[in-house]
Amino acid sequence: MSGFGNAFSSSIGKKFIMGITGLFLILFLIVHCGINALIFLDDDGLKFNIGAHFMATNWIIRAGEYVLFIGLLVHIFQALRLTLQNQKARPVKYAVNDGKANSKWYSRSMGLLGTLLLIFLVVHLKDFWVVSRFTGIPTVDVNGHENLYGVMKVKFQDPVRVGVYILAMISLCYHLLHGFASAFQTMGWNHSKYNGIIKNVGVWYSIIISLLFAAMPIAVYAGLIK
Amino acid sequence: MSTGNMNLTLKVWRQKNNKTAGALVDYKVTDISPDMSFLEMFDVLNEQLINKGEEPVVFDHDCREGICGMCSMFINGRPHGPKDLVTTCQLHMRSFKDGDTIVVEPWRAAAFPVVKDLAVDRSAFDRVIAAGGFISVNTGNAQDANSLPIPKMQADAAFEAAACIGCGACVATCKNASAMLFVSAKISQLALLPQGQPERYRRVQSMVAQMDSEGFGNCTNTGACEAECPKGISLENIARMNRDFASAKFISEETV
Repeated sequence: MSGFGNAFSSSIGKKFIMGITGLFLILFLIVHCGINALIFLDDDGLKFNIGAHFMATNWIIRAGEYVLFIGLLVHIFQALRLTLQNQKARPVKYAVNDGKANSKWYSRSMGLLGTLLLIFLVVHLKDFWVVSRFTGIPTVDVNGHENLYGVMKVKFQDPVRVGVYILAMISLCYHLLHGFASAFQTMGWNHSKYNGIIKNVGVWYSIIISLLFAAMPIAVYAGLIK
Repeated sequence: MSTGNMNLTLKVWRQKNNKTAGALVDYKVTDISPDMSFLEMFDVLNEQLINKGEEPVVFDHDCREGICGMCSMFINGRPHGPKDLVTTCQLHMRSFKDGDTIVVEPWRAAAFPVVKDLAVDRSAFDRVIAAGGFISVNTGNAQDANSLPIPKMQADAAFEAAACIGCGACVATCKNASAMLFVSAKISQLALLPQGQPERYRRVQSMVAQMDSEGFGNCTNTGACEAECPKGISLENIARMNRDFASAKFISEETV
């Protein structure tokens, strides 16, 4: 490793870690959102339960789960470390600082948005992950698969929970709106022929992923799917 | 000296030196001409203070034509004030309204300690340049310019990066007090040209290491630096620096 010197302890190295873990989490969200969107097939959750069963039993996915948690923790701790360092870089604050004149509010609020997402994640993991991995899913569907869809239907009868999920998805949308293109910029993947594509894909990705996720509790609560 | 009709309230940061705490102090200036530059307005204020037997406000300035990079005021929450692509010396009082209150602060960053009032020590930038922002050339006759063909696009991009005057507005406005726009411009202006190639990967490592040791923050890609830069230095330079840094650390066999 000595040949790599301070590659990851330098400011740019730390940014690389944020960018790589961020892109990894972006990929994860596609898988997560894709499987969850199976509930919109309105088949009493049969396809969704097949997906959930596969995710819970396939060993590659289970191994990937560890990588996901490590990626998430690294993203969080690195962000914390960078934030503390950045605060030290300006010990005396400005009396007047017109941030909105030169940057988007969400690009300046990634820490706040990330913290909201972290709080949501604790609630979310307790709602579904802990149930499916540890405490057990109470019923099975007609295919004999654990009925995670049934758990979801019960959980999303609670309007407070639905509200929390919607607010979290708004945070997610803004976090991604900055994070997506930002990760590419950090990795140095900047190219005049691709910048427009990266920017547009980032915006559409952020909106579609958050809207789909937010639509799930709304659809269940409003009784739009069986 | 003042011949105009603008009356303004200034809230100016006064700080004796780096060891003592500073505070915003209120001043009134009257009969300011809208055609004055912001610095000329400060000259009026200082004459007023000198006539009253008070300490004039210390601020950095030199060429007063927007090319030296010395002026450095953080005006109403923005470096070099409300106009895009101008330095404080090129900002005119017509950009303000009669009766305005204007808050003027120094650049604020741990790496830019206040010398006095609005003047900050930007020698951290000099040390970053000294770490590698140069090319090594043997003395003797310069070779024929045409022996090193450079594509126009490349030459233009290098020139745009070289437009950086090192004023530090990027650091001042960045929420993290990061110097990455400055450092990346100084790396890019050489990395884009053939003369910069021999030391390209050594340079990026040395300059980034120096930047880190000066105590600048880390970039979070808000883009504030690019928006506030009086010379319009592009964020593209930061991506190039990051790319070069990755190549230097993970591909190049040379270690620094």
